[in-house]
Amino acid sequence: MAADIQTSKLARLGLVAGLALLVAAPFIGLYPVFVMTALCYAIFACAFNLLLGYTGLLSFGHAAYFATAAYATGWLVRSAGLPPELGVLAGVVIAAAVGLVVGLIAIRRQGIYFAMTTLALAQMVYFVFLQAPFTGGEDGLQGVPRGKLLGTISLVSQPQGKLFGVLPVPDDVVMYFVVLAVFVAVFLFVRRIVHSPYGQVLKAIRENEPRAISLGYDVDRYKLLAFVLSTALAGLGGSLKTLVLGFATLSDAHWSLSGEVVLMTLLGGMGTFAGPVLGAFTIIGLQNMLADQVGEWVTVIIGVIFVVCVVAFRRGFVGELLAWQQRRANYTAEHAVSKEEKS
Amino acid sequence: MEIFGLPLQAFLGQLLLGLVNGSFYAMLSLGLAVIFGLLGIVNFAHGALYMVGAYVAWFSLEKFGLNYWVALVLAPLIVGAVGVVIERTLLRHLYRIDPIYGLLLTFGLALIAEGLFRREFGVSGQSYPVPELLQGSTDLGFMILPNYRAWVVFASLVVCLGTWFTIERTRLGATLRAGTENPNLVQAFGINVPLMVMLTYAAGAGLAALAGVLAAPVIQVNPLMGSNLIIIVFAVVVIGGMGSILGSILTGIGLGLIEGLTKVFYPEASSIVVFVIMAIVLMVRPAGLFGKEA
Repeated sequence: MAADIQTSKLARLGLVAGLALLVAAPFIGLYPVFVMTALCYAIFACAFNLLLGYTGLLSFGHAAYFATAAYATGWLVRSAGLPPELGVLAGVVIAAAVGLVVGLIAIRRQGIYFAMTTLALAQMVYFVFLQAPFTGGEDGLQGVPRGKLLGTISLVSQPQGKLFGVLPVPDDVVMYFVVLAVFVAVFLFVRRIVHSPYGQVLKAIRENEPRAISLGYDVDRYKLLAFVLSTALAGLGGSLKTLVLGFATLSDAHWSLSGEVVLMTLLGGMGTFAGPVLGAFTIIGLQNMLADQVGEWVTVIIGVIFVVCVVAFRRGFVGELLAWQQRRANYTAEHAVSKEEKS
Repeated sequence: MEIFGLPLQAFLGQLLLGLVNGSFYAMLSLGLAVIFGLLGIVNFAHGALYMVGAYVAWFSLEKFGLNYWVALVLAPLIVGAVGVVIERTLLRHLYRIDPIYGLLLTFGLALIAEGLFRREFGVSGQSYPVPELLQGSTDLGFMILPNYRAWVVFASLVVCLGTWFTIERTRLGATLRAGTENPNLVQAFGINVPLMVMLTYAAGAGLAALAGVLAAPVIQVNPLMGSNLIIIVFAVVVIGGMGSILGSILTGIGLGLIEGLTKVFYPEASSIVVFVIMAIVLMVRPAGLFGKEA
């Protein structure tokens, strides 16, 4: 019991520190567009983790929903002139609808077949985007404006003056805090789901599906809902990414992105709340850093990280940290017991 | 003569091309099924091994002047040896854990292979000449049959049926199947199961490389050829179910033909038709056409 309290104390400390860092990021010289992009992928990875980490379903085609929402929002905001909040909302709804269709098909198989089915259907979505007239084919959708939030707050304009009279206000600060707010909301939402009775059933399905069935749970419905929730949130990440960067391209739908989100989750620690966020920042940061220096080696390096993770580091950053905490707590508890016995 | 408003020659030509593609699907899904049966691993690297096979053929011709027929033997051996290394150093750590890790590890391997080859050879394709013996075409009266394509279909059928025969009709195959059912028991009978597992992976890798060499003269040899193919092959495997060897062969060839037909009638849909069929099969018969488990 004592160990639990200790762990959650450390976890809370970590979360507060992380949030403080994110709030301070644009003022301490971190490039806002980079942090925003990483946050969008962190939303994506959190959404994916809900499925892999807490339900035990490996969807190997999650890029499809990220891209669906990215394209939908991009097209609606640019060509249909929708305000950004409606564009994002529509993107999320459309991604969830695609997720519902894929989910209905894919949950008919378990385990490894589920992974292959989702991958194949995501490839189909990729080909549709490649050929559809509104996606701009190989070029993608370019020049998506950010517009004005709720018709009033411009997401591009630069506020004047200095914060507290000292700190210079960096570019993109409004957009940055909008993205950060959405990210925090998604993070808390995923936590809420996992800790709810519904989330407990999901974990039961992950641990022992036949048992959950025999306890009377309609497992398929639980899995389908988890799948749709996950695809909707993945879509939210994609929609925001389009607004942040101003474009949606085919690489959003490519299978390599589906692999990358698995890697983010695995590297950070699947089945932990902060893991996917750390994983997303690590991978996006690595890609940004490496792209200038080593160019085409990036794919190779990502592949090597994948292999190392699977062979030797399956718990990920956060998972290893928690396991280390647990070992230490056990050790202290044992010592306490042996001292008591002596005295 | 015309069929469905299309010259017969063009129609049969597309059908033959579908058959050629179907042969590759069959060979690759066969290897996937054999590896999955014994190792419990879905080998995402299968496409990469196929690509490496094609590059071995291209490279040995370009640098050492070794012809097609030599490559047909050499590539499976080299790639099979690579398979041995992969199995010994990496895959063996994963046999006792959830199969999704096997998929993820081989996915990483595929990325490494693709990245290395893209760095070395660029993304543009290298063309590989059709071997002299198989150049030209034969006039069958109702169609002109390109010799090389006929050879690909023939060779892969022989390889597929040979594999089927080995697994279903020989003593070696019986041991292999027993190993799939219950490796501990087979080990207790004094059979070296880890060696068998290793050689199975090597054989699967060799099969993929052989398909790569066969494909080299038909398509452009390029680093992305494997990953483009492997996802379709996954769909083929989901449609057929990995339980049956003959099932994978039939499904592979059948889907190649359907894809070819779609190119004739509705070319826009030809890249997605396999996935649509997969969705339909999953709705109607979730275990796949030849699958055993529910």
